[in-house]
Amino acid sequence: MKFDPFIIPFNIGLYFIIIYVVARSVIWFHDLSRPDKLRLQRGFFGIPFALSLKEIFMESLIHRKILKTNLRLGYMHMSLAFGWFLLIFFGTIEADIFGTKHLNAPYKAIFFRFFNPEHGRIGFEATYGFLMDLILAFILSGLLLAVIKRFYSRVVGMKKTTRLKITDRIALTSLWLIFPSRLLAESFTCGAHGTGSFLTGSLGAWLASFLPAQQIAYPFWWLYSISLGTFFILLPISRYMHIPTELFLIFMRNSGIKTGDKAGTYSEVQTYSCSSCGICIDACQLNFSAGITNIQSAYLMKAIRNNDDVSEIVDNCLMCGRCDQKCPVGIELSPIRMIQRRGGEAENDIRNIYNGYFRSRQINIPEKVISSSNYSFLQESDPQKADILYFAGCMTHLTPAIKNSMIKILEASGVKYNFIDEQGGVCCGRPLMLAGQDKEARELINYNSQMIWKSGAHTLVTSCPICYKVFKESYYLDVEVLHHTQFIKKLIDEGSVKMNFLRKKVVYHSPCDLGRGSGVYDEPTEVLNHVSRLEKSDFEDENSLCCGGSLANMKISSQKRKKIALDAATELTKNNPDILATACPLCKKTFAAVTETRVADISEIVAEALIEKPIKINSGSHANSIKELANI
Amino acid sequence: MDKFGFTISAGRQIDYDSNNRRLAEYIFEKEPSFRLCIECGGCSATCTTANFTGFSLRELHILIKRGENDQVRQNLNKCMLCGKCTLVCPRGVNTRNIVVLAKNAFQKSDEYEI
Amino acid sequence: MSKHVVVIGGGVAGLEVAGQLSKAGIEVSVIEKEINTGGHLNNWYRLFPDRRDSSEVKEYLDGMTHNHGINLLTNTTIEVFKRNTSHFLITTNGGKELTADAIIIATGFDLFKSSRKEEYGYGIYDNVITSVDLEKMFRKGKIALTNQTVPETIGIIHCVGSRDEKVGNFYCSKLCCVTAVKQAIEIREFLPDSKVFCFYMDMRMGGAFYEELYREAQEKWGVNFIRGKVSEASETIENKLLIKVEDTLAGRPLKMKLDMLVLMAGMEMSEDGEKIAGIVGLKTGENRFFAATDNLIGSNRSNIDGVFYAGSCTAPMNIPETISHARAAVVEVIDYLNDGIR
Repeated sequence: MKFDPFIIPFNIGLYFIIIYVVARSVIWFHDLSRPDKLRLQRGFFGIPFALSLKEIFMESLIHRKILKTNLRLGYMHMSLAFGWFLLIFFGTIEADIFGTKHLNAPYKAIFFRFFNPEHGRIGFEATYGFLMDLILAFILSGLLLAVIKRFYSRVVGMKKTTRLKITDRIALTSLWLIFPSRLLAESFTCGAHGTGSFLTGSLGAWLASFLPAQQIAYPFWWLYSISLGTFFILLPISRYMHIPTELFLIFMRNSGIKTGDKAGTYSEVQTYSCSSCGICIDACQLNFSAGITNIQSAYLMKAIRNNDDVSEIVDNCLMCGRCDQKCPVGIELSPIRMIQRRGGEAENDIRNIYNGYFRSRQINIPEKVISSSNYSFLQESDPQKADILYFAGCMTHLTPAIKNSMIKILEASGVKYNFIDEQGGVCCGRPLMLAGQDKEARELINYNSQMIWKSGAHTLVTSCPICYKVFKESYYLDVEVLHHTQFIKKLIDEGSVKMNFLRKKVVYHSPCDLGRGSGVYDEPTEVLNHVSRLEKSDFEDENSLCCGGSLANMKISSQKRKKIALDAATELTKNNPDILATACPLCKKTFAAVTETRVADISEIVAEALIEKPIKINSGSHANSIKELANI
Repeated sequence: MDKFGFTISAGRQIDYDSNNRRLAEYIFEKEPSFRLCIECGGCSATCTTANFTGFSLRELHILIKRGENDQVRQNLNKCMLCGKCTLVCPRGVNTRNIVVLAKNAFQKSDEYEI
Repeated sequence: MSKHVVVIGGGVAGLEVAGQLSKAGIEVSVIEKEINTGGHLNNWYRLFPDRRDSSEVKEYLDGMTHNHGINLLTNTTIEVFKRNTSHFLITTNGGKELTADAIIIATGFDLFKSSRKEEYGYGIYDNVITSVDLEKMFRKGKIALTNQTVPETIGIIHCVGSRDEKVGNFYCSKLCCVTAVKQAIEIREFLPDSKVFCFYMDMRMGGAFYEELYREAQEKWGVNFIRGKVSEASETIENKLLIKVEDTLAGRPLKMKLDMLVLMAGMEMSEDGEKIAGIVGLKTGENRFFAATDNLIGSNRSNIDGVFYAGSCTAPMNIPETISHARAAVVEVIDYLNDGIR
């Protein structure tokens, strides 16, 4: 037998998806910027290609990262992806070796059993049949988990599973049907011919014992073919588009392409690479502390893919970056969210289902209407000359203990410094950027840059991680930018300041913009280790929590913020530390409102431990007055 | 008696009856905490922008509520969104979001007829 | 057989309850964690509205307890609390066991810890003090800065820790406004050359004779009232305090240098009260104070039969209110002891 009409749905689906993917890749490549095109071309003939192959094997097939975070979920993804891959791989070989001729059309491998029902009775054939059955069983075990997960997500260790749209549902159903229908089709055929291995053979024999196997097998082969065909046709408009897209993503990433601040091929490839696995939902504090369950990155990716109105989702995010760290596909979730914030609200055009196939340009968000200069009231500044500038930041003015501690440390170090925003400065611009108002932010950045440049300083020290991040990333400065923890570390290394060791138990909370946002993890803990007994917590470095005070979330209510802060503070103070240390005025204020434990910035702890030189600080005898007040 | 003396200097009064309060309604809907303000002035006091120019967030809020939108439009963009006001507010008003919402509404002014 | 009532807390409410119950022939024990009774009264100088010396009230309360043979257990806290069918069993920290027919909770309040409002700089800047610190200065008879000089301009900030979502207190402490007015007058009395400025959100002069005191402060003592919440304070090189506030009535930011800043700390549920709520199993409200079963006609009643509340452990109260509330508790307890119902 060479041909049977039941293979038609499969063939249509397969050729459609091949042509579609090729066409889509050409469009994607075309839309890339010139430098990115070059990167990709260079990558194709270089090490990135090899790296990508390895990564595709490890991540797209084995799902190593998901396995690491969640074994059962990982197994589910692995069995479906890797299992299916093995089935195709060994199926093709099977058809090639045992089939009538070499180099068969794909359907010959997929429906091998139908065309070779007598195959696999003895010897090597039987062993091979056993292997094929084993692979099918492997997939089916994963499928069983997937079905259970859909209804009871906790079984795979997930608190939440993603919600689906209608095309996803149909695609999901056809995906679910593929392997059971193959199992039944093969089993009936085997049952009728007395062939098959441990799975198809035994099931087939049992079914054939009371059913007319030969007649029933045929409809199941149809079902198998239709399921495959439907799945392939719906693939581009369902979340399963992530399967082919992720290969592009891996290759593009390894070639050195980055998201940048505008929508383009890479951000689109990333949005399509999201498999809606839901790991970002579990990582999100808005979910597990504040009960907000519709704004997580998986939902954002989905909404962008579906061209939905994302305005409510986009702004309701702390931008803590926890999901970026946990995403097994490595999608740059926060930068993509920022692109959406910059875009403002996209036009909400109604689309029918067919448009889904041709929406390669839908991420091109309309440019915001931007008004002319907003900050013309800012007078040109004329700062004092200094080697080191200290920029406390807006928030630090609400935490005078940090400000005073920094003055004390700067005075003690003997450097020539200028407290540049002592009388109140201009905002660094990051809060505007977080609201997607880059042009307005640029005005403030230019103002501050000029002031910094005029001062002739070589180092800029700031107490606020929000300012630090924007100084580092968006200012074009000719000075070294340091967060005060880095500056203090430097002073300690140089021996410019001497400190006592405080016998205090300290837990460190890493602020989002300093840690995950800027990669500064070591200096704060090194400084704390130098002056105090730093204790471990369950949430360190990349896994740090957000205090909930983040300026990035415009929508969240103050009660929900409090809930996030309370949960985080409770976790961090579980072992009753003397001090909950942080390195951000906003974190400090947020935590201080919800915990009885003393919350202090690292600078305060350092200032406390400082062995003071007999120099009088500008504002008199602080230490004495504090003691006196405490004794009243 | 329907004028009640209000025609004498029309420019001075808030004409609550004919002012367009759609902007206020829009913000009330999107940010319910907007209703909580008690006019303490904490936001205006701490304001980074107010260090440099005449700008009062408290006044801005009350003007939105009264439908004095022209004055709002003139001043709104001076805000730097630094967020100190939100940190100070004793009523937990999400002050930053109110500014962002008002900005958005003015950009879509046709829709809101402001 | 005479009944025995245990009163937890030896402040104004506790002593008043104890005295009145004793007069009615009921045996009373008062448990007080401090060495002295009187509670916060010991810290006050003069009391609003008529500015009598607090010691007069203290004398009255001491008289109540001494004249009626009350069993006073000072320096004592509760370790264990049990209830059997008709009695309460209390074990103190000293291991002493008490059997009671009824319990009165009179644990009072704590003052808000002003250092929690870091932006005002209490504990950070010299010369930022609280209303209690100022009362102590009054009692010493000397208002002075940390460098022992006399302040010339003094600012008083209302609502520190009250009506403030940021510290989790939505409620109004009710007494800080009149305390501010009283203290402003007293500062002017002590330092006739000084200038005093009260920064308020609303002047809540609801008590008897409060509004009159407010008038007096304006008319006789020239105290200045500025409507605006101070957002933050800062210290200058000459050790003066700069504050940021909007004069909301003028609609403009107001810049002012002050020598001294007095924070009107609000009232909070006492920490020991919270502990007792846990030990005894009493309900507390969203404001963290003890929750009475009925805010209109049962403000002394708790969720446990035989346990009653007196005074500011249920809500901020001034002294006349506390005394009235304590006497009302006495009626409730006597009813309960007679009929076995509350």
